[in-house]
Amino acid sequence: MVGVVIVSHSWKIADGIKDLTDQVAAQVPNIIACGGMEDKEIGTDAIRIEEAIVKANQGDGVVVLADLGSGVMSAETAKDLLEDENIDIRIADAPLVEGAIAAAVAAACGLDIDKVQAAAEQARTVNKIN
Amino acid sequence: MSTRVYDCLKAIGEKIIENKDFLTELDREIGDADHGVNMARGFQSVIEKVSQDDPDIGAALKKTGMTLLSTVGGASGPLYGTAYMEAAKVFADKQTVTAEDFKAALEAAIAGIQKRGKAEKGEKTMLDSLLPALDAYSEKIAAGGSIVDGLDAACAAAREGIEFTKTIAATKGRASYLGDRSIGHQDPGATSATMTLEVIRDFLKG
Repeated sequence: MVGVVIVSHSWKIADGIKDLTDQVAAQVPNIIACGGMEDKEIGTDAIRIEEAIVKANQGDGVVVLADLGSGVMSAETAKDLLEDENIDIRIADAPLVEGAIAAAVAAACGLDIDKVQAAAEQARTVNKIN
Repeated sequence: MSTRVYDCLKAIGEKIIENKDFLTELDREIGDADHGVNMARGFQSVIEKVSQDDPDIGAALKKTGMTLLSTVGGASGPLYGTAYMEAAKVFADKQTVTAEDFKAALEAAIAGIQKRGKAEKGEKTMLDSLLPALDAYSEKIAAGGSIVDGLDAACAAAREGIEFTKTIAATKGRASYLGDRSIGHQDPGATSATMTLEVIRDFLKG
């Protein structure tokens, strides 16, 4: 099953999104919230993201979703740190909340990493108000 | 050996910590007011973690980079973290620094920053100090100058780079939300990058 890592500057945002994904994909063990710094301060930490990716990986790869600016930069740094580890890591170009839920559902359905990434990224173009 | 690199990294950290409020104030004007606080927190950890027992310059710089990645929190974490880790590769197993090594390390650090931040010159970032600094340094040592001569030229160019950032609008990072309203303010990242070069120069002179 594809893993999903939710990166936010805020510990609460990442944990809150994980609460939402649990509602739709409670059976998926490898959706991991990675918010804030180790001491719960606001920020992103490439080393913690690296550890979360390793933990989320069951062999089918990991889709990472990140919030603002350095969230993506830290996720990319984590990916680079793992370049010798043979893990298929995709950073989805997607809104964090909607993308994480779409990715969680796709992962729970057992779809492959291309489809999980695509599901997250399609969340970008979904209209909220018709 | 690594006592010297340890002392130099400590001096960089102390300078950043000393300028915490100044860097944060610069960032308050055009960003999210966290540059000084974040960098000071990162370098406080660097000072605690880098040890005189680190076996070579590469090991000390790598530890610095990894520590910044996990303690800074903002964009300067992955940017400076990557810069130090790329520079570390140039100094793997090395106990001394030549003028050529320093050039290669500066090039590697800048390439790392560009890869991470996807920025070019003229976007009101630390690159506006670092790229002219690299050019000035390279020119000086190509003409037979020492590492200190090179760094003197690099620091002067980096200071000019800071002045240049006052004249342009930001197109990267939080400051880009301000557009033309960022003109007139100097870039905090260019400032901390210049301070870093100045500390290294003063350290080598001292």
